[in-house]
Amino acid sequence: MKRTWYPGLWLILAIVIGMAIIPAITGSASLRETIFTLLLAVGLASSLNILLGYTGYVSFGHIVFFGFGGYVGFYLLSVQGWHLALAVAGGGLASGALAFLLGKAILKLRGAYFALATLGINEAMRSLIINLDTFGGPLGMNLNFQIYRDYGGAAQALWTTYWAILGLVVAVVVISYLVKRSKFGLGLMAVREDQDAAEVMGVASANAKTWAFVLSAAFPGMLGVLFFFKNGNIEPVDAFPLVKSIEMIVMVMLGGQGTVLGPVLGALGYERLRGFLLTSEIFKDVHLAVAGVLLLVIVLFIPSGAVGWIRSRFHSLRGVVE
Amino acid sequence: MFENLLASLTDGLVIGFVYGVTAMGLTLIFGVMNVINLSHGPVIAIGMFGVYFLFSSLGLNPYLAIILVAVIGLLAGILIYLVAVNRVIDAPELSSLLATFSVNMMILGVGTSVFSTSPRNVDFAMGTVNLGPINLTGTRVAAGVAAIVVTAALYYFLYRTRAGKHIRAVSDNREAAELMGISSFRVLALSFGIGTMLAMIAGGLIATYLPFTILSGEPLMAKSFVIVVLGGLGNPLGALLGGLVLGAMEGIVPVFMKMTWVPVIEFGLFVLILVVRPAGLLGAKE
Repeated sequence: MKRTWYPGLWLILAIVIGMAIIPAITGSASLRETIFTLLLAVGLASSLNILLGYTGYVSFGHIVFFGFGGYVGFYLLSVQGWHLALAVAGGGLASGALAFLLGKAILKLRGAYFALATLGINEAMRSLIINLDTFGGPLGMNLNFQIYRDYGGAAQALWTTYWAILGLVVAVVVISYLVKRSKFGLGLMAVREDQDAAEVMGVASANAKTWAFVLSAAFPGMLGVLFFFKNGNIEPVDAFPLVKSIEMIVMVMLGGQGTVLGPVLGALGYERLRGFLLTSEIFKDVHLAVAGVLLLVIVLFIPSGAVGWIRSRFHSLRGVVE
Repeated sequence: MFENLLASLTDGLVIGFVYGVTAMGLTLIFGVMNVINLSHGPVIAIGMFGVYFLFSSLGLNPYLAIILVAVIGLLAGILIYLVAVNRVIDAPELSSLLATFSVNMMILGVGTSVFSTSPRNVDFAMGTVNLGPINLTGTRVAAGVAAIVVTAALYYFLYRTRAGKHIRAVSDNREAAELMGISSFRVLALSFGIGTMLAMIAGGLIATYLPFTILSGEPLMAKSFVIVVLGGLGNPLGALLGGLVLGAMEGIVPVFMKMTWVPVIEFGLFVLILVVRPAGLLGAKE
């Protein structure tokens, strides 16, 4: 299936980049913050989709890679004095390496056992970091405000972080598109449908799964470094929130697991909805419950998500929506 | 040192029985229908609040209140099954994980806005029990004893009654049980009800000796996962044993190192067991 014109990919990139350029034109800092949150959600959901959507493994504690990468990068920035770009790479490498080692051990578990293991890993990592004085223990670490001077002052540093996160999100989307189109991705989807059959057909499933896990972990690690650099401090509670893990899954489900566009739309939709619920007079106290009802409706009635639903209803759109 | 250790160990074991009850609820549901019930935590918290309100508003004895709470738990569990689980019972596990988690979000969402997250406690004392170096508050001992009674009752139910036999049959092989004329729909709903009931009972027992909030169920749910995996997924007796192991660990570990290392050891062990021996210490179902 060699094609040089990829309408599906351009559509997604147009959505992401188009959205990200608006605050640069208007120069609005508050809009930039909103879109930063949206981009972060898109990046996390798309990374998770490589494992959850393509490979069918439910990582219930995926936020552990965000937190762990964030911690490593933050340590490199604040204690070792590395440059942000290097720290981001360091955080990504650390999360990728963690996923590689964990993957060797837990990817042989199937179904519910894998989900439970990832849940346990997130809890174990959080409680371990609370005990590590190098990482600041339960209080976490703070960045010295002086550090922003190296990036042209605090205001400029926020813009730099913003463009960096856009770059990362574009990279995640392009990679998840390429993976889906590659032989590697085909192998992953074969594993998802029937692992034993896939192995008989010559897919080295253990290897393929491990690399999918590494890919889906490395990006959250890098995003974590950017997020906590902007934040100025990192604490165990903020770095490993289980709820975020599940929100990532909800985003992927909402948009359509296993599609490239789905996690992007799901992340945007979910974050907008959450923002609306949190600020609305009627729902702000029970926003969690409303999100719960929505999740249940999706799980029970539209398990393939918005993009999956569109693809099954409108066959002619399949070339564009993927 | 030895006396100190003995005291902590006893304390831990008594709590371990209660942990065992929460975990039995989780493992029963998993054993029968392969669903990891993520609504378990908030349900434990509802059990706590149930006992709290029956005690402080109606002046009911907490242990009588727990019986009432158990009935509510059974009905609530059946309701959760009908609304959230029945439709995804044969879908891939992601669906049932998310469906039960959505129930978790609904309960916590409504619960935090109604009850806020300020801590409450059941102001009920039963003196202390002294055995040489061991001092235990009466409510803890009573909770441990109640947990043993509940376990015995569950075993009587599963092995000596017709409904219990049906549950075990569906757990072994749902299709074969259907062919024998057992309505698996009813059995699944009942099992989910009983699992939820056990969670509420455990919550009620914990409320008699610890302060709590609507969020207190979440760490207990996480502990239940550890226990369930220790004892073997789907194995109720294993859950009780796992509860004792965890309780003993929580008693002993703080004697030797900082309290904050307890969860590291718990969850580290949890992942290790999943990797090395996923069937658990006593073996999983089948």
